[in-house]
Amino acid sequence: MEHYHMNLTLKVWKQKNKNERGRFETYQVKNISSEMSFLEMFDVLNEQLIAEGKEPIAFDHDCREGICGMCSMYINGRAHGPWHHTTTCQLHMREYKDGDTIVVEPWRANAFPVIKDLVVDRQSFDRIIQAGGYISVNTGNAVDANALPIEKHAADESFASAACIGCGACVAACPNASAMLFVSAKVSHLALLPQGDPERKIRVVNMIEQMDKEGFGSCTNIGACEAECPKGISIENIARLNREYLGAVLDGGSQNAI
Amino acid sequence: MSWKNYFSTSVGKKLQMSLTGLFLILFLIVHCYINAQIFYNDGGERFKEAAHFMGTNAVIRTIELGLFGFLILHIVQGLMLWSKNRSKRTVKYAVSAGNATSKWYSRSMALLGTLILLFLIVHLKAFWGPNRYSQTFGAGELDLFTMMRDEFQNIVYVVIYVLGCLSLAWHLVHGFFSAFQTLGLGMNKYKGMIKTVGIAFSIIVPFIFALMPIAFYLGWIS
Repeated sequence: MEHYHMNLTLKVWKQKNKNERGRFETYQVKNISSEMSFLEMFDVLNEQLIAEGKEPIAFDHDCREGICGMCSMYINGRAHGPWHHTTTCQLHMREYKDGDTIVVEPWRANAFPVIKDLVVDRQSFDRIIQAGGYISVNTGNAVDANALPIEKHAADESFASAACIGCGACVAACPNASAMLFVSAKVSHLALLPQGDPERKIRVVNMIEQMDKEGFGSCTNIGACEAECPKGISIENIARLNREYLGAVLDGGSQNAI
Repeated sequence: MSWKNYFSTSVGKKLQMSLTGLFLILFLIVHCYINAQIFYNDGGERFKEAAHFMGTNAVIRTIELGLFGFLILHIVQGLMLWSKNRSKRTVKYAVSAGNATSKWYSRSMALLGTLILLFLIVHLKAFWGPNRYSQTFGAGELDLFTMMRDEFQNIVYVVIYVLGCLSLAWHLVHGFFSAFQTLGLGMNKYKGMIKTVGIAFSIIVPFIFALMPIAFYLGWIS
């Protein structure tokens, strides 16, 4: 692929803190290599701002290899930019041409308040996990591998749901700011395995209750979450979540005392 | 978990939309079948017979009450969910994804639903309302066939009906699949089938409905 350099105009959301109203600031960056990642381009911009004595732009990032789920940038109307199945760090500047204008916003959802600039608070996800996204196991010796037979298909499905990195792109992309894809992935990866089975009913009830409490919207099945998910989590999981939840209310058994 | 708690959560409210929506889909099949009797072009004989049954049978009239209940629940819950969902993102995006990640009609269910509601008001006022009024307070059943024929000589009504059917078609394209997805049946095994049947349904039923005013207007049915 041809290597080239470009000059870009960036419109970036600047917001001092959770309470202040934010605004867009326009920046010019020059001589950006097409081989840089989107975050490296931001590094160049921040270096430039520091050299000019200005405050750099705050943005979340950690692994820069597509697995940490921190880089929450909404780029030209798309969560993590226009590429399929990528996070922002995996988006490369060869997507853009010289002279392009790029608008960068934080995830926007009331359940994800802006901490500063492009950094949002995603602790609402943590609280949903705390409500039920775990299995209760007494400590003791590690169980032998393969002691518990698990059907291959269920293991694969569970693994595919467990690929969710909790980045929040699903919420960011959803017109209702719904967290159903996230919650469904977390419910699915445990519900499909025998280890998760004993608590599956109370889990789904508690996680959905917490999801509603955190102020996420409801799912209207439009599929924007699935289209933007960097890990390709399918909305099939949302169907499973709905089944699990219906199962929890239909069941009159021991876990029903919720 | 109690049913009351279940139906008050976001997932439970969606199930209300799904179940009432599926009931309305069943209603559309019956309504379409009955009205399609006009295409026999027999001066409305078969249609009148069917309409008489639907308008006077005690079981049907009881189900009609349920239909209104579900219709109102579908409308009220739908609008409440729409307004609640909108409130979840107070600061809007400056640039939106548009049609890159989702279909316009799936994002416009509340708008399409409202258009259908407006159409329904016109529609009920033209046929169902006067007929039930006459049945209850006046001279018994009205001749709905003649009323249709007269009504659809007016191009304005024909256009309103065709637009109503178009709104219904787009509402159904998303609604049909969405209802099953909310019921938990959107897994890949069934997804293709549900979407195919849904699209076929969304085209065929509104098309037959739209054909009725057009047929009267163009004099295909006398």
